[in-house]
Amino acid sequence: MHLELKEITKRFPGVLANDRISISVDRGQVLGLLGENGAGKTTLMNILSGLYRPDSGQILIDDKMRTFDDPAEAISAGVGMIHQHFQLVPVFDVTEAVALGAETTTGPLRTFDRATARQRVAELSEQYNLHVNPDSRIEDLPVGVRQRVEILKALYRKSDILVLDEPSAVLTPFETEELFGIIRGLADGGTTIIFITHKLNEVLEVADHITVLRRGTVAGSADPKTTSREQLANLMVGRDVELSVAKKPSTPADVVLSLKDLFVRDDRGHMAVKGISLDVRAGETVAIAGVQGNGQTELVEAITGLRAADSGTILISGVDVSHATPRRVSDLGVAHIPEDRNRDGLISQMTVAENYILDAYHREPYSKNLVFHPEAVRQRAENGVQDFDIRTPSIDTVAGSLSGGNQQKVIVAREFSFPVKLVIAAQPTRGLDVGSIEYIHRRIVEQRDAGAAILMVSTELEEVLAVGDRVAVMFAGEIVGIVEGAEQTFENVGMLMGGHVG
Amino acid sequence: MNRLRRSLGPAVLPLLAVLTAFIVGSIFIVITDFDNLSKLGSDPGAALGGAIGTVVAAYGALIVGAFGEPGNYWAAIQSGGDPKAIATAIRPITETLVAATPLIFTGLAVAVAFRTSVFNIGVEGQFILGAFGATVAAIVFSEQGLWPPLVLLLAIIFGIATGAVWGFIPGFLKARTGAHEVITTIMLNYVAAQIVLYGLRSDFLRQAGSSQPISKVLTVRMPLMFPDLPAIRLHWGFILALIVAALVSWFLFKTTKGYELRAAGFNMTAARYAGMSAGGAIILAMTVSGGLAALGGSMEVLGTVGQMSNDISSGFGFNAIALALLAGNRPSGVVAAALLFGALRTGGGLMQVKTGIPLDLLFFIQALVIMFVAAPLLIRSIYRMPARSTAEVSPV
Repeated sequence: MHLELKEITKRFPGVLANDRISISVDRGQVLGLLGENGAGKTTLMNILSGLYRPDSGQILIDDKMRTFDDPAEAISAGVGMIHQHFQLVPVFDVTEAVALGAETTTGPLRTFDRATARQRVAELSEQYNLHVNPDSRIEDLPVGVRQRVEILKALYRKSDILVLDEPSAVLTPFETEELFGIIRGLADGGTTIIFITHKLNEVLEVADHITVLRRGTVAGSADPKTTSREQLANLMVGRDVELSVAKKPSTPADVVLSLKDLFVRDDRGHMAVKGISLDVRAGETVAIAGVQGNGQTELVEAITGLRAADSGTILISGVDVSHATPRRVSDLGVAHIPEDRNRDGLISQMTVAENYILDAYHREPYSKNLVFHPEAVRQRAENGVQDFDIRTPSIDTVAGSLSGGNQQKVIVAREFSFPVKLVIAAQPTRGLDVGSIEYIHRRIVEQRDAGAAILMVSTELEEVLAVGDRVAVMFAGEIVGIVEGAEQTFENVGMLMGGHVG
Repeated sequence: MNRLRRSLGPAVLPLLAVLTAFIVGSIFIVITDFDNLSKLGSDPGAALGGAIGTVVAAYGALIVGAFGEPGNYWAAIQSGGDPKAIATAIRPITETLVAATPLIFTGLAVAVAFRTSVFNIGVEGQFILGAFGATVAAIVFSEQGLWPPLVLLLAIIFGIATGAVWGFIPGFLKARTGAHEVITTIMLNYVAAQIVLYGLRSDFLRQAGSSQPISKVLTVRMPLMFPDLPAIRLHWGFILALIVAALVSWFLFKTTKGYELRAAGFNMTAARYAGMSAGGAIILAMTVSGGLAALGGSMEVLGTVGQMSNDISSGFGFNAIALALLAGNRPSGVVAAALLFGALRTGGGLMQVKTGIPLDLLFFIQALVIMFVAAPLLIRSIYRMPARSTAEVSPV
């Protein structure tokens, strides 16, 4: 079906989320909808799926005007949404999960017609090469397959228009490749597809046409065959962006962080880190790659003193910290950029200034004998805001009201406000816009060049390859390979991330 | 209006909540005024006038009861310094301050705990146990013939220590074992009440010849602020309450320990990541909270009442929870809210006598205030204020 959104405008209190946005997709085409967080992509799709009503503008499906008062109407009009977070009942099998809410019934008691549903699921899976077993339980399925179950759900409801919201966020590089194959297959079969993402490579690979959103408006359109990553990034951000991380070759010196046979348990008591040994030297960046949930979180928590190691040793500059407190680790000159900035790195109700001293408030010049020197705090926070170009009305602004990129800058500025020997950066750019990513990478490389040892954990392959001098890949709690130099390629690291060793 | 809003800052919502509560209260005064309502059919004009008259009379009596009669102030000035006339004039307002004093202490106690996200329901128990501790110390040390000011000081210190221990226990249990402070503090309230009852039945403390659980009259008391006017009960405990409020504010916003309490209160995880001890913050907050409550209890027994009984607190610890909510957990707000509650308590008596409207109306208004404060969106929509983040800005 042909889909067209015309001049869609949606205003929220204080924000113009969509400002006269028009997009159009033909039957059997893939539209890549590219934009940073907050560009208005999700609002636009929520309008298409009936969650919001636009203040003005029209939705045309096959040139007929449609209005959706609720998601059910959108579904019946053939619009299927695949959300970033899956909406599946874990204890159901695939047939039940797919049919839920659209069950066909049979017999006098109008019971669920399981046989018919199962057959349709199997047929659809076959037809679009989804390789999903209708009898598997959802909770036993890997993430990539669950996503395909979501796609099945949409197809089962006879969706001709499929919207995928950041579908690759939870996938390994290989699962992403598989997904792209499926998307192509669906498009060839006549499904109209809107693919929402902020990743440049993905739209270039899968889309027939690209529309870029910026601050609630259409910033431009592009043809993936003729455009470049740089041009797209430029449209997305509104200025020229340095995509590759400029850095000199590393000059590794003494070992700063040394892990030996480290074992760490997760919250449920399962062994999450299984015998990791790794050295990180001053002046080098070791990037830890891997799909989320392979023990990276527990590893970082163990190093930073937040989680006790089960066995093994952690040495920082020769000091054993396997059972040290976070304060002790921090006082050794360790900067920690935590993986979830809102939960772990900031106190969103406190001001920028108060957050700027969050892990150093007990040190001079901020305080002495338990009493603050407010002037010193303000002075250094002002400097930090200037040095790191943090966009905030003032240092007395509540941190929670800043944009994600600026919040992360507050954290990075704070962590680098005292001399640093070791940087532990967990997902340092997750969810940030291209401009902030560039900036934070540059700051991390600066610390490396100044002689700090850097351990960066990331699930973003591009980031790992661009920032890391060496890349260690974690899978199921172990380091399954370390690649460096010429071996440090997309294919090699991607292969290891999926657990394919050697 | 905008300028007003900015300068009042965080006090706008509570003030509007109070205003709204009084307006709703007046509606209830009118619809329960049956004599007037019966005229509604025959003479609507008179009914309306009567309704307005009733509301004005009721709230007028409330204000006069809480702050004093203008005529009495005038008479006092005219009398040229007659102590009796002065006492008559200022008695209502000093009674308001007397009623506010324990509420300031207990309100601060709740607010400090709240700032650390600890829900101290045990302020009531810490208050009465603090009063008990101060009583025991005052009687013991004065019977030993110590210098009275020293007895007073020891009684206060002893009182604070008793309550601080009573706050430390649930804090420690929560930090070490995860025992929920709401459960433990409620239970410790009962334990505290029983300890006080048991103690007051001992021959050592009990008033001679009384079978009631009432202690001997204390010989050492907080000095009165107007020693020449014996009818005025206001003592220096009120000034101490103001000083303590300022100290608590300084502690919360200008010291590293206060910063830890606030940080842990907002976001326990981030506080842990920043190297703070979450358990330490909880224990400290509960101990300080208990100490503040107990200081309030000590002032009540050493100042206002002068002898210990098992009903030394008329719900000060529980009212303080609502009060701290109204105050937004700010020490300055606690003082303001305590003065409001004190005024309602004091003025309500005159209102009941003059207009026959029962005191219960004031509890009704008090409850409405809390409800409106707890529902900021409701107030914002009534007064068409733009919605904004309720996160507050606090100075470092």
